[in-house]
Amino acid sequence: MTATALASPEVVQTAPAPLIVADGLSRRFGDRWAVAGVNLRLSAGRSLLLAGHNGAGKSTLLHLLAGLLRPTAGTLTLGAPGRPRPSVGLIGHRGGHWQDLGALEHLRIDAKILGRRFDPGAAARLLARVGLDGRGREPVRQFSAGMSKRLSLARLLHQDPDIVLLDEPYGKLDHDGTKLMDAVVEELIARKKALVMATHLVNHVAHRLQLGLVLDGGQMSWVGPAADVPAVLAREEETG
Amino acid sequence: MTLGVQTRAIFGKDLRIAWHGRARSAAVFAFGATVLLLLSFAIGPDSATLAKHAPGYFWIALLLGSVLTLTDAFRVETEDDALDHLRVLAVDPRALFLGKATATAVTLTVLAAALVPVAGIIYGVGVYGSWLHLVLFVVLGAAGLAAPGTLYSAMTAKARGREVMLPLLLFPLVIPVLLAAVKGTALALAGDPMGQVPSWLGVLAAFDAVYWAVCPLLLGAVIES
Repeated sequence: MTATALASPEVVQTAPAPLIVADGLSRRFGDRWAVAGVNLRLSAGRSLLLAGHNGAGKSTLLHLLAGLLRPTAGTLTLGAPGRPRPSVGLIGHRGGHWQDLGALEHLRIDAKILGRRFDPGAAARLLARVGLDGRGREPVRQFSAGMSKRLSLARLLHQDPDIVLLDEPYGKLDHDGTKLMDAVVEELIARKKALVMATHLVNHVAHRLQLGLVLDGGQMSWVGPAADVPAVLAREEETG
Repeated sequence: MTLGVQTRAIFGKDLRIAWHGRARSAAVFAFGATVLLLLSFAIGPDSATLAKHAPGYFWIALLLGSVLTLTDAFRVETEDDALDHLRVLAVDPRALFLGKATATAVTLTVLAAALVPVAGIIYGVGVYGSWLHLVLFVVLGAAGLAAPGTLYSAMTAKARGREVMLPLLLFPLVIPVLLAAVKGTALALAGDPMGQVPSWLGVLAAFDAVYWAVCPLLLGAVIES
């Protein structure tokens, strides 16, 4: 493993206390380092575009940030010491749904797990917002991939986490779904969530997000403004 | 507080899934009833032998049926990465275990309650001892299968050949439960003139207590790996 010399994507000292602090975050599978020496600081209301080719380590980094994987090396701190741990929400490649249950039941169960009161009216309005109006009782098994992604979006909004992790959120969405995702991303940032998005659609999201991090072979190869990520990737492709 | 809330949420969720998948539960019942029938054919028309060994055949049928139920217990969590969603929601692994294992114990108890009259008809036995004792042995026996079964279901959920792996791991571990449940059921059916029921209930409860105390602590490591 080679530790990267690149700085964290958010080094502005005036930024508020970070919700995510990763220091030399690394994960090895067998003898291959999927993520190696990633440094990251992200505060509430800040967003990070995670870019890189297939196998660059984007999904593994998101899984580390979500707590689904334990780092092989390095540290990850969520929230300030002595404060309640910030909540995390993830939209991954797969829906994370129970196939025999309906969308409304998913929202009801999530509310119970989080110890919240379930409001059927609010849940129905949320499903209508993500385009699942009238489909709340249908088993998820009967959903298309795009509908499953819309349910993931509804569950994320319902959970209302402090840290939002999105892994290829535009995948499987149609035109309307893409516009919905754009609106939700902008809303989440406006509501002071710390948002990390891994996507190949860098041209589509570069101007919507603030910070950019390009991974290559699990290592940080570039950090800077998200708006510059498309040019950086294009340059990388030209130089092979 | 959180542990109790999350346990109830997971328990309710699994019962809902079991209700939606009741066609599968009916198939498991049919499987158990078929096992009871096949065992009666294997023994032959000796009604005395059939009646004598009915408790053993009943628990074998329930054990085999439980494997089908347990295979499903974590399949529903892994087929679309629902388990990852639960982990991101910071569900306590102990709550996950307790909720799922309790739901499985309830499912197995219902399966046992459905198989009891089938066994009674096929083997020609009735309850001449105590219904209360029968219920206690069925509930404690189902709980004794559910706890280690849920843990092994989690361990084998993503394994190739999990249908084989699960019984291979589970069966040796539940021999004490099976032994106590069979003995206790026999006493509940035939009567207990020697007063042996409390000791077999004690054995069953002791193994249940160990399983239900230890398995929740192991699930965190199992799902993380």
